[in-house]
Amino acid sequence: MSARILCLGLVLVFAASYAMAQVGGEKRRSGYQDMGEALQKMQDDDTANPGMLFVQLGGQLWAKPAGAENKSCADCHGAAANSMKGVATRYPAIPHGADRPVDLEGRINLCRTENQKAERLPPENRDLLALEAYVAHQSRGMPIAPPYGPLLDAFRAQGEGIYRRRQGQLNLSCAICHDDNAGKKLAGIAIPEAHPTGYPIYRLEWQTLGSLKRRLRNCLVGIRAEAWPLDAPEYVALELYLMERAKGLPLETPAVRP
Amino acid sequence: MRILLVIALLLTACPVAAQPVTPQIVDDAIPASLTGRPGDAARGRAIVANRSTGLCLLCHSGPIAEERFQGDIAPSLAGAGSRWSEGQLRLRIVDGSRLNADTIMPAYYRTGGLQRVARAFEGKTILSAAQVEDVVAYLVTLKD
Ligand code: HEC
Ligand code: HEC
Ligand code: HEC
Repeated sequence: MSARILCLGLVLVFAASYAMAQVGGEKRRSGYQDMGEALQKMQDDDTANPGMLFVQLGGQLWAKPAGAENKSCADCHGAAANSMKGVATRYPAIPHGADRPVDLEGRINLCRTENQKAERLPPENRDLLALEAYVAHQSRGMPIAPPYGPLLDAFRAQGEGIYRRRQGQLNLSCAICHDDNAGKKLAGIAIPEAHPTGYPIYRLEWQTLGSLKRRLRNCLVGIRAEAWPLDAPEYVALELYLMERAKGLPLETPAVRP
Repeated sequence: MRILLVIALLLTACPVAAQPVTPQIVDDAIPASLTGRPGDAARGRAIVANRSTGLCLLCHSGPIAEERFQGDIAPSLAGAGSRWSEGQLRLRIVDGSRLNADTIMPAYYRTGGLQRVARAFEGKTILSAAQVEDVVAYLVTLKD
């Protein structure tokens, strides 16, 4: 009898500590947790989240034929809710036969040029952001799950190198702000941990949806470093490393950020 | 004479010198003014408060009540004039890495040893010699 009670007690203790490890064990914070309650509510409420307008537009574009092939994304991929579920959690990735990784917008542009025979959409183009938001939205709530492989790992290591190197006239590295001083205040703004959980994001300062690349360029400009050209592989390398740091955190697309 | 005047005008027109003079470091200080003249504390206060000129309040807080958005990455500037001499403050602003190799505080009067500086700022110091002197003059007044 007492053995059974002891056993039950142990089971309860284990169950409780397991649950706590699940909830309390996660030390990393998404930028979401650093925002005020009003912005969190805006992100959580699909009727208030301005990013959802882009997701809706992306849904329309998904079904619209384009290019010389006159094919829509849906013609090949069917319902995005099935075919695109989880895809954004494992980008950047290396397309079949390619020798370098592409980010999600790069993958979408590959389908435009190779499969639809349509022109590339330029960076920060509204339709490109809308398609990316629509595809990434199919993974909302799913944990970030980066792929591995010798080539990917080499690019990821390059990204980590950039992340840790000081640069710009202010001579700062990403790590100085986002690792060593995360949570502290930079001119009154809480420094986030730089997890790319919500891209493309609706940023209030931009008054529109924008890509991770745009966000990274904002940080580079802030430290007076030369931003790489928009098609530079450095952004993809950085994103590979940021996704690795954020591995397991849930995607939020479309996130709202100040 | 005309040429000297032109040079003098050019120098005042672009206060951020491309080629900073190398200041004399003695122990942990730069005792002499970079310009040979004392700075202006009121101008220095304005530079420290300005987000895009001094940038100090990105990281520091300080007794500048009208600037609501201040940083807490670095110690408060309040009392800096009691803790440090004028010469020590000058070296701290010119190049804090001489005191602490790992410091995250930018060197305000140095152009070497930087990577991938944006074109608009290449070869330029963050502050001019005169601006450094103004900032130092202000910091000296910050007694507890
Ligand atoms: C003609 C058919 C075709 C069309 C049209 C097409 N795709 Fe694709 N897409 C493919 C194929 C085939 C692949 C897989 C390539 C591979 O695995 O190597 C793919 C891969 C992708 C992937 C990566 C999936 C993964 O699991 O990594 C995304 C994202 C994607 N497409 C988005 C789109 C979008 C958005 C559109 C419309 C703008 C579109 N595609 C139009 C054929 C198409
Ligand atoms: C001087 C400190 C500083 C440096 C250096 C810096 N950042 Fe940032 N970063 C910030 C601040 C502050 C924000 C948040 C801005 C806001 O909320 O308005 C931010 C935001 C971000 C975000 C957005 C996070 C989110 O929740 O969406 C990412 C990603 C990011 N930074 C990556 C980087 C990378 C990569 C580098 C290096 C190339 C870098 N940052 C350099 C201060 C910095
Ligand atoms: C990127 C962040 C950053 C910026 C910008 C910055 N500092 Fe600092 N500063 C620091 C840190 C961190 C320290 C602490 C000592 C160290 O780590 O070197 C410091 C130390 C100091 C000290 C010595 C503090 C004490 O009393 O012990 C003074 C004075 C100072 N800074 C003045 C300034 C002034 C004036 C400016 C603007 C012209 C400025 N700092 C800009 C980060 C910064």
